[in-house]
Amino acid sequence: MRYLPKSPVERQEMLAAIGAKSIDELFSSIPAKYRLREALKIPGPYSEAEIIQYFKERAAENAAGYTSFLGAGVYNHQRSVVTETIIQRGEFLTSYTPYQAEISQGTLQAIFEFQTLMCQLTCQDVANASMYDGSTATTEAVLMAERLTGRRRVLVARSVHPEYREVLKTYAKNSGLRIEEVPFTASGTVDVKALQSALKDDAAAVVAQSPNFFGAIESYAPLAEAAHKVGAMLVVAIAEGVSLGLLSPPAEADIVALEAQSFGLPPSYGGPFAGVIAAREKYVRQMPGRLAGQTTDIDGHRGFVLTLATREQHIRREKATSNICTNQALCALAATVHLTLLGKEGLREMAEQNLSKAQFALGELLKIPGVRRAFDAPFFNEFTVEFPRSVKIVNSHLMREKIVGPLALGTAYPELTKNALVCVTETTPRAEIERFAGAVKRALEQPV
Amino acid sequence: MNDNIKKAKRHVNQNEGLIFEKSSPGKRAFELPPLDVPKAEPSNALGAHHRREGVEGFPEVSEIEVIRHFTRLSTWNHAIDLGMYPLGSCTMKYNPRVNEFVARLEGIATEHPYQPQELSQGCLKILRLLEKCLLEITGMDAITLQPAAGAQGELTGLLLIRAYLQKQGNPRKRVLIPDSAHGTNPATAVIAGYEVENIKSNEHGQMDIENLQKLVTEDVAALMITNPSTLGIYEQNLPEIAQILHAKGALLYMDGANMNALAGITRPGDLGADVMHLNLHKTFSTPHGGGGPGAGPVAMKKVLERFRPVPILVEKEGGRLALEPVRPDSIGRVKAFSSNFGVLVRALAYILAYGPGVRQATEDAVLNANYIRRHLEGVYDLPYSLPSMHEVVFSDALQKKNGVNTMDIAKRLIDYGFHPYTTAFPLIVPGALMIEPTESESREECDLFIGAMKAIADEAARQPEIVKTAPHTTRVRRLDEVGAARKPVLRWKPAAQRSTAQTSGARD
Repeated sequence: MRYLPKSPVERQEMLAAIGAKSIDELFSSIPAKYRLREALKIPGPYSEAEIIQYFKERAAENAAGYTSFLGAGVYNHQRSVVTETIIQRGEFLTSYTPYQAEISQGTLQAIFEFQTLMCQLTCQDVANASMYDGSTATTEAVLMAERLTGRRRVLVARSVHPEYREVLKTYAKNSGLRIEEVPFTASGTVDVKALQSALKDDAAAVVAQSPNFFGAIESYAPLAEAAHKVGAMLVVAIAEGVSLGLLSPPAEADIVALEAQSFGLPPSYGGPFAGVIAAREKYVRQMPGRLAGQTTDIDGHRGFVLTLATREQHIRREKATSNICTNQALCALAATVHLTLLGKEGLREMAEQNLSKAQFALGELLKIPGVRRAFDAPFFNEFTVEFPRSVKIVNSHLMREKIVGPLALGTAYPELTKNALVCVTETTPRAEIERFAGAVKRALEQPV
Repeated sequence: MNDNIKKAKRHVNQNEGLIFEKSSPGKRAFELPPLDVPKAEPSNALGAHHRREGVEGFPEVSEIEVIRHFTRLSTWNHAIDLGMYPLGSCTMKYNPRVNEFVARLEGIATEHPYQPQELSQGCLKILRLLEKCLLEITGMDAITLQPAAGAQGELTGLLLIRAYLQKQGNPRKRVLIPDSAHGTNPATAVIAGYEVENIKSNEHGQMDIENLQKLVTEDVAALMITNPSTLGIYEQNLPEIAQILHAKGALLYMDGANMNALAGITRPGDLGADVMHLNLHKTFSTPHGGGGPGAGPVAMKKVLERFRPVPILVEKEGGRLALEPVRPDSIGRVKAFSSNFGVLVRALAYILAYGPGVRQATEDAVLNANYIRRHLEGVYDLPYSLPSMHEVVFSDALQKKNGVNTMDIAKRLIDYGFHPYTTAFPLIVPGALMIEPTESESREECDLFIGAMKAIADEAARQPEIVKTAPHTTRVRRLDEVGAARKPVLRWKPAAQRSTAQTSGARD
């Protein structure tokens, strides 16, 4: 087998050195009746060429050749070959968590830079070295607010990503958290009046997302004011990181949960991505996940170490802030390289292109009789439209024209069966936006 | 030059500051194609108060500087691609490059989780085949691929147990966890809403069956056990342990962190385990990437199947696959979207490369661990003498006499060209040296490692200072971890901001 660096003779010699007659002797502590006598029934062994062939065949059974207008938490942005080149360097790809700082300085410094970039993006003081994704980062941010406030009631906007809310519910079920949902207004943003009347001094946190699941941009100030008035924390989830290149950062938030997928990570059918928690400095000791910190060695040279480990499971066990161990380090590195490439100007330009393309797409769709903008709050690169008929029917017409249509909101919001969440990024060519609008028009002209 | 150091030589590597320190306005490393639609004016489109004037402090550098920056940083890391990485419990094996290639294919990396399922059959077939392979390897009945890492797999497993017990009217109160367990086990049990009861291992480092019999009551939901244990020792009594639990209506959770000792040899499902997670980034070779991403599928017996996280992968008529979002008894979602799909792709590519030959990998892993044990036994203290599986745990008891501890030996190993083994874990071995070579090491590499460990033992006896002050050859020497934690500096700030922050304290 090509991955195994031993010849049969070497195996025999090593066994002899151990003093074992056969390899089976090394497994003698497993009672014979539990040892497998037959080979496992799994396909293979495959050569490299056969492996590639298998996955190419699978790839061909997916959506290649279709233009997609899906976003909803997973975005298709430009990625650079530079990022891919760097993260495939074996020294990054095949290294472990940097517990042994002296020979892990590369990873540690990169994490420190990642933490800095995340703080700059979110206008927060500290950011961790990553969580699994935006959904678990949001959940862990809520658990952090619970520890900090000692309260157990959480108000979550219905305009937060439905799957983020589902994950929060799964974790909350057994930790005594009570999750209540806050409605949205006709503009598509959090109903602040409803929030205010639901808020009492038993609330640990208010959770909102911006741009929210409908694409609408939230105003942080009224949310923060309402939360802080009763001593609750404002947790802001950000699913589309590129928006931070152009939109006011969540500086009023106490804790920010960010999904970094937009920064150089492919959609990859849902993962791996990278979540981040960023917060005020005074909350750092209740933060979950790894943190890299700057320090000096015994000669006074600058170096980096994993720090504040007394929050973590390998030290604190059942008293840890979280059970997270493995995180999404290589994804965080990809985001670091990607954002370094983009830089200040590149990120702003990318964000501006997203805004312009989405504005153009909305304009094209509104030319179609019967298509209406669902919510009037400002948006970034996603917006909600209402069709005169069910989105599912429209989308099945679009499929025939090799278009993956916008997300039907009816699945998660039963009152919105005619509403669709359209996403356009800098990667969507104008001609495809026009073709999409034309296809929607034709779909709506079809007899019912 | 120390003649004992055969694996490595010192060489020059480049200095490199923080990327922010290289930044200068106007430099750039990325250009977009021109905008092909009319430019929207942000203030009009967003309203003035939503608009931001660029991200303060973001770097401005050129492409060559980005390449050099990260390439230089990379040369400061040790890696499997450079040599043995004998971290016990971490299973640092070779990460085949073809796995990286296939995970990046157009049609694999490019697929959106919400695209119609009729346009996702390729992705779903990959998931289905991986499920089948992992079920065959574990001997279990059902599986979920959703959890993002081992710890999330543990949580999923305990939530399944909780849901199952709840269905019978009582979720129960406690989870039993041996003192040799990974820290994730107790941390996870708490999130699942359980009290943790730590149980002491017996004098062989194994489960004390008589004690267990007393501890398992109708209040106990489950026992979480790692097999082989973190001492690298096979738990022979697993079937009896399962019986004791089952007799009281409790379930057996097996932590699959050490599955690299068992794959193709024996199956946890046959041994009585009710539910287990697999760390695909350990046994199934997906790259650790400096700390992640991983994936933590959870395999289980039939009784737990109905509680799996949604969405559930099902086969429809005609072989069509579908993800079903709603199941009344499900514990719910543990993560958004399907899974860490890209990690699952790599794991399947690994399994396909071996096929049933995965057994050979397991055999070689156990062979290497025993070969190292044979050569270092006596040189280092072996606190538990039962046969080793895929890893071996020594202690620093012999070297302690000269004031040299496991951390010193680990740091000295760096000078010899190796990454340290796992230090000070498991907790039941004071001053532990936990060594896991994996199957990826040749005899030559094992011999170099043994030679290095012997040379360090010799140094510890004759000139302990050189070990206690190691490493001597790295870019940075021992770092001030206490200072790092006392006054945390967790991000870069421009010079002006730094001085303000120091005088006015942290922002409130």
